[in-house]
Amino acid sequence: MKQSRLRLPALFFRSLGLDTRTLGLIATLLLIWIAFHLLTGGLFLTPRNLWNLSVQSSAIAIMTAGMVLVIVSRNIDLSIGSMLGFVGMIMGVIQTDLLPKLFGFEYPATWALTLAAGLTFGVLLGALQGFIVAYIEIPSFIVTLGGLLVWRGAAWWVTSGQTVAPLDDTFKLMGGGPEGSIGAMWSWFVGLGACAAVALSLANGRTKRKKFGFLPRPIAADIFLGAVACAVILGAVAVANAYPWPPGIVARYAQARHIALPEGGLFIAHGIAIPVLIAMAVGVVMTFLAKRTRFGRYVYAIGGNPEAAELAGINTRWVIVKVFMLMGFLAALSGAVMIARLNAATNAEGTLAELLVIAAAVIGGTSLAGGVGTVAGAMLGAVIMQSLQSGMVLLGVDTPLQNIAVGVVLVLAAWLDALYRRRTTSQGV
Amino acid sequence: MTDFDIGAAGPPLVTLRDICVSFGGVHALDHASLELCAGEVLALVGHNGAGKSTLAKVLSGACARDSGTISIGGVEAAISSPRDARQYGIETIYQTLALADNIDAAANIFLGRELKTSWGTLDDLAMEAQARAVMGRLNPQFARFKDPVKSLSGGQRQSVAIARTILFNARILIMDEPTAALGPQETAQVGDLIRKLKAEGLAILLISHDIHDVFDLADRICAMKNGRVVATARVADVSKDEVLGMIILGKCPPGALAGPGAVDPSRFDAPAHTAP
Repeated sequence: MKQSRLRLPALFFRSLGLDTRTLGLIATLLLIWIAFHLLTGGLFLTPRNLWNLSVQSSAIAIMTAGMVLVIVSRNIDLSIGSMLGFVGMIMGVIQTDLLPKLFGFEYPATWALTLAAGLTFGVLLGALQGFIVAYIEIPSFIVTLGGLLVWRGAAWWVTSGQTVAPLDDTFKLMGGGPEGSIGAMWSWFVGLGACAAVALSLANGRTKRKKFGFLPRPIAADIFLGAVACAVILGAVAVANAYPWPPGIVARYAQARHIALPEGGLFIAHGIAIPVLIAMAVGVVMTFLAKRTRFGRYVYAIGGNPEAAELAGINTRWVIVKVFMLMGFLAALSGAVMIARLNAATNAEGTLAELLVIAAAVIGGTSLAGGVGTVAGAMLGAVIMQSLQSGMVLLGVDTPLQNIAVGVVLVLAAWLDALYRRRTTSQGV
Repeated sequence: MTDFDIGAAGPPLVTLRDICVSFGGVHALDHASLELCAGEVLALVGHNGAGKSTLAKVLSGACARDSGTISIGGVEAAISSPRDARQYGIETIYQTLALADNIDAAANIFLGRELKTSWGTLDDLAMEAQARAVMGRLNPQFARFKDPVKSLSGGQRQSVAIARTILFNARILIMDEPTAALGPQETAQVGDLIRKLKAEGLAILLISHDIHDVFDLADRICAMKNGRVVATARVADVSKDEVLGMIILGKCPPGALAGPGAVDPSRFDAPAHTAP
C-alpha cells in the first residue's frame, strides 16, 4: 500500500537492494573530498593526491578488514600496532641479515621468504593471544593491552633498538612508489578483470535466484549496478594512470635503460600501487570470508548472541582463536607494507596504529557491542580517516588540530550510527 | 528405581538415570531420573528452581552433569555438548529461544548446520528455500526472511526457533516454556504443532508452568521439587489439584509413581495417599 505512493526513482532505488549505511559512507567520503577540493583551491581531487591517498590508506585499511571481525565477535585487539612493529623488525632482520648470509644480497626469493616468515609470525602471535582470550577466558582488552606492551618491547629487543635499513629491492615494491606500481597497461588489465568479475557475479546471482524460484532483481537494476561499478573501477584506474612518474625518476630510468629522453620528457604512468592492490585483495578475501563461509557466519552469530552460538553447536572458542590469527596475519601484512614504504624497519613502526584501525572500523559502522559491521564499510572508514588527515595537511592544519578533528569525527560517526540504528530498529524495517 | 514404566508405551527412547548437578553447594539436580518414549509428550512441571530447566539442559548437552547416565534407544549416550546432543537427534527450543539476533531467519535456522555449495561456500539461497518451505508449514504468513530476527515479533521469533528443530528430523524434542512469550492464538498454534510432531513419533519433553497446557498436551507428567523428582503420573490418572499438590507440597497422589523427592506421606493426614 505504501509502495504505490513511492515514485518511480524511489522504487528503482529500492530494487537495487543496496545497504543504505554503506551508501551513507560513500556519500560522506565524496562530501569530504569535494569540501577539501574547494577549500584547498583544487589541490585535493588531483591524480597525484588521490594516488597518494590510496597508498596512505592501504596499510590501515588492511588491518581494519581484520579488526571488523575481531570487534564483531565482541572482542578488541589493542596489540596490532606493536605486533606490526615486532613482526616488521623480524622481517627487516630476515631480509637484511639472515637471508643474505645464506644466499647473498638481492636473492630473488628473499622477499617471498621474508614475507612468508613474517606472516607466519603474525599468525602465531595472533593465535597465542586468541588462545588466551578463548580458552583461558581473559578479556581480550586485557590480553591485547598486555600484547601492546610485550610486542613493542620485543620489537626493540630484536636489534636492541637499531633501525634496519635499507631493505631488499623486491620487498620494497610492496610499499608503493613509482617502482612499486604496476604501470598503465597492467592497471587497465586489473580494472577490466575486476569489471568482468562484477559482471560474472551479477549474472551468477541471477541464475541462482532463478534456480530456487526466487524473483531475481529487475534486469535494469542489475545492469545499472554493473555499469556504476565498472565506471568506478575504470575511473579509478584512469586516475592512477594519469599520475606520471616525477621527471627525476624518469630521467634515471631512461638512463639506466639507455632510452633517449624526448623533448618534453617521458610520460610514464604510476598505475595502481602494489600496496593498494594488496589492500583490495584483502578486502575481497575478507568480505568473502565474512559473508560466504561458515567461519564468517559463526563470527557474526557469536557477536549477536554468544550463548546461542554455543547452543547451536558452534565451537565458539576455536572461532575466536581463528579471528585473532587472521588479525595477526593482517597486522604482519600491513607491517610488510609499512616497512617497505619506509625502506626501513624501526621499532616504533605502527605506534598508535591500533587506535587508528579501531577508529576506522567504528567510522565504518562497526558496533563495539558486537555483531554488526562490514569489511567494506570499515575499509571505507579507513579511507575517510585518511582523507581527513590528508586534506588537513594540504590545508596546512597543525598536527594537534588534525588529531582533534579526527577525534571529533570518530565520536560524531559513532553517534550518527547509533541514531541510524535506533531509527531503523524502531521502524522495524 | 527401575520401574519407571508407568504409562510408558513401549520401551523408553530416552532414559536419564540418577542425574546429579550442583552449582557451588546447591544441588540443582539430586539423583533425578526420567524416561521418555517415542510418540509421547512428557510434561516436566515444578516451581522456579525445581530443576526442570537444568534437567532439560543436561539432556540437550548445554549443562554438564556431575554424575548419572543418559541412554538413547537403550544405549548409553555420551552427551557433553550441544553438538553431541544434535548427533543423537535431540533438538531443543530454549526458553530464551537462543537466536542470534543480528542474522536473518534462514541463517538462524541453519546455524551450526549450514548448507554448502560444491565450492564449500554458504549456500544462502538453498537455505532460504528450505527455510521458506518449513516456515510455510509453521507460520504461512511469515515473509521476512531477509531481516535480522531482532526485528521480528515474539511469535515470529518463536516460529524461527521451532523451525530450527523440526527441519533436521529430530527424534527427541525438548521445549522449555515454548508458549511463555506468545499470545493465545500463537499458543494454540504451538499446541497443534506439538500434537502433530507427537503423531509423527517424536519424543517430546515439555517444560511448562501452565497447568492447563500440560493437561491439554501431555501424556504423562513428571513433577520436580528442589532438584528431585516428586512423582510421575499419567495425565488421565491425576487431577489438576493433585498435580498442584505434587508441585507445591511434594505430595505423591495415588495413581502416581513416587520419586525420591516425594515427602513422607505420613506428614499428611491421609493414609490412603500411600505411594505404591
